[in-house]
Amino acid sequence: MLSRVAESVYWLARYLERAEDTARLISVNSHLLLDFPKATRLGWSTLVTITGSEDIFDKYYEERDEVSVLNFLCGDRRYSGSIISSLTAARENLRTTRDVMPQRIWEEVNQVYLAVSQQAESGINPRNRDVFLNRVIRSCEAVNGMIAGTLSYTQTRTFLMIGRQIERADMTTRIIDVRSANLLPKNSDDFTPFETLQWVSVLKSLTGFQMYRQHVRLRVRGPDVLRFLLQDQQFPRAVACCISRISRELETLPGGTRALAAADHCLVHLTEADVSLLAVEPEKLHQYIDDIQLDISQLHDQIADTWFRLVEESRVLAELTQSQS
Amino acid sequence: MTKVNWQEYACNGFYDELIAAPGNPRPESQMLCDYFQNLEAAELIEHKHAVDVAIQTMGITFTVYSEGSMIDRAWPFDPVPRIIPRPEWEKTAAGLRQRVQALNMFIDDLYHDQRIIKDGVFPAEVLAQSANFRPQCVGISPPHSVWAHICGSDLVRDGDGTLYVLEDNLRVPSGVSYMLENRNVTKRVLPEMFATGQIQPVDDYTDQLFDMLASMSPRPGDDPQIVVLTPGIYNSAYYEHSYLAQQMGVELVEGPDLIVGDDDCVYMKTVDGLQRVDVIYRRIDDMFLDPEAFNPDSMLGVPGLMRSWRAGKVALANAPGAGVADDKVVYAFVPKIIRYYLDQDPLIPNVPSYLCMFEEDREYVLANLESLVVKPANESGGYGMLIGPHSTKRERKAFAELIRSNPRNYMAQPTLNLSTAPTLCGNAMEPRHVDLRPFILSGGNDTYVTTGGLTRVAMTKGSLVVNSSQGGGSKDTWIVDVKEG
Repeated sequence: MLSRVAESVYWLARYLERAEDTARLISVNSHLLLDFPKATRLGWSTLVTITGSEDIFDKYYEERDEVSVLNFLCGDRRYSGSIISSLTAARENLRTTRDVMPQRIWEEVNQVYLAVSQQAESGINPRNRDVFLNRVIRSCEAVNGMIAGTLSYTQTRTFLMIGRQIERADMTTRIIDVRSANLLPKNSDDFTPFETLQWVSVLKSLTGFQMYRQHVRLRVRGPDVLRFLLQDQQFPRAVACCISRISRELETLPGGTRALAAADHCLVHLTEADVSLLAVEPEKLHQYIDDIQLDISQLHDQIADTWFRLVEESRVLAELTQSQS
Repeated sequence: MTKVNWQEYACNGFYDELIAAPGNPRPESQMLCDYFQNLEAAELIEHKHAVDVAIQTMGITFTVYSEGSMIDRAWPFDPVPRIIPRPEWEKTAAGLRQRVQALNMFIDDLYHDQRIIKDGVFPAEVLAQSANFRPQCVGISPPHSVWAHICGSDLVRDGDGTLYVLEDNLRVPSGVSYMLENRNVTKRVLPEMFATGQIQPVDDYTDQLFDMLASMSPRPGDDPQIVVLTPGIYNSAYYEHSYLAQQMGVELVEGPDLIVGDDDCVYMKTVDGLQRVDVIYRRIDDMFLDPEAFNPDSMLGVPGLMRSWRAGKVALANAPGAGVADDKVVYAFVPKIIRYYLDQDPLIPNVPSYLCMFEEDREYVLANLESLVVKPANESGGYGMLIGPHSTKRERKAFAELIRSNPRNYMAQPTLNLSTAPTLCGNAMEPRHVDLRPFILSGGNDTYVTTGGLTRVAMTKGSLVVNSSQGGGSKDTWIVDVKEG
């Protein structure tokens, strides 16, 4: 498989996952807000922070109100992380990889892109929000289904899986980071009635509430939620679960020693987390999440160097050239 | 939409491919014309709709540049096939083989001894001013001495029914994927017609292409690594590049995917490391192929590619420099070229041509601009042409100046009464002008000609411009067995 095509496929999966995760995030946030009293600090602003887009948002918008945040995250092409931008990028990547991807995937992505563009043109408001977000989520799920059902187990599929998992792991860490900064008590006795609701919101943002309840049969508590989202090996959106699956995919590729080491490093880091401590120490948690994000970004770099940029190959080629001349 | 009635079909004044006279289809077209005539108006609408759906779901597109951005357009397709009887086609195919064989000998000669110039058959001054002659290619001997492996020749039919070659495209001719896709669409919507078994299949093209490319490999015996080299998604023919790669099961690569080592071999960058490439079907123009040899600013090409080709470590189809023979001035010499190299009379005639470089011809052209089609030597895609009968006085004046300032760059031909074929236009069957682009593959020992080719149709009434970049559409082309007697 061509390195360029592998890279396109990898990013295609990341963009689609990003579009889907962003849609889920907004969807949960909107529902959650309806249950909260106006005075809480939790608001639309959080979404801007979670997505790491504060600078660009503030450049174009005056206020972090519902309509602005919605339009920014869903339909603003000036922001590269918006749903429309993610879908645009996914579609462009698909155009260059049409020869390796099942035809129906192209049709699905093309259709959702056209629908989303149309909707974005006319503006997204609280009334049409749910329909819009569901359209995006369903299409992404459909594409994942087509990949599962019709794409052969080749390197194309391997890179799709890796891209999807890495984006997912990254999104989970972001959600834990920002939501938790809001949630964590200044001291552990300071419990508000909404405390539980907020932890529930973290789980819901990741579509993890139901799975959490099945897994942890106690009331929702900070340390348990953290353990579940960071270390669980069965919940598909738990960071450790994502990284483990990446490891399994990496093992099928040639010359993956460095990438595998990077994944292992991240996994060890996750398993060693002292969740009870992190759950009550906001600064420590923030620092910890930063470290994990660094691990993920290093894992990405290793993947890119090994298979997209062929760093090792270029070195060998240079040596060959020297020995010949 | 109303029912089709061939009695009302107004083909007067032109040679029509399907209908000899109103109400009177040609023998090989009888079956198809009956079929359309028997459709109820509603069925005809359904038929057209089925075609549109097929094209959309199959994702057949071409890319156009419009309002500052590139867009994918659905391929404009007319559902009424164009029909050619098999005996006529076999003669035409023989003529195309003859022509391409002579052209390849001509190109090889130009890059070696230039006997044809020394023998006074081809003027040195034409070569001296050729924009597509590549000094970088002099002395190179590609495998089997073939330069133009894939040729797309445009055929047109005049008012009296004679088929002419209008031009030869020897650089990166496109359209073959649409020929194949057009057939797939018609098979979906006209399955009854194919049941008779009289329509010759077209779909062995990609196999033939693959075999031809494989035969060029510098490492014969091994499983050759073949790639299609594309300029990328912004190229208007990207769909075709991707289609051909997909059909042949080879990689579709862009310039930056390839690298030339110090061993002069070409490698592609894959997840499994560098892999040697043997044959490149390149769809990038000469000038962008290798920044070391040609345009140094090219981002599309592969540095060192010419070096590798010269060393015989990689095969290129078409060979760089092959375009020297598809110059429209060189075109006028093709009958002489055929006689010179093959000692045969041309089987398909050229359209009579006036070369502005010769004074007598130039004076004639300048005096008759109103009735002639004037073409620049090195443009393709229908750009930069003057169609005399459709031109304004101001355009003619501008062209006269262009011709005077650079006579070598212009040639002129009489305006042909291009043949027509029934085309579904809005509510009715109307005659529209068509041409035909067959594709010719030249390998080591044999030459393959597609069964028919891509029929292009000028969708606008009276228009002679069939290029898809300028609003042309296309039709499926049937080579049909005719029953004896």
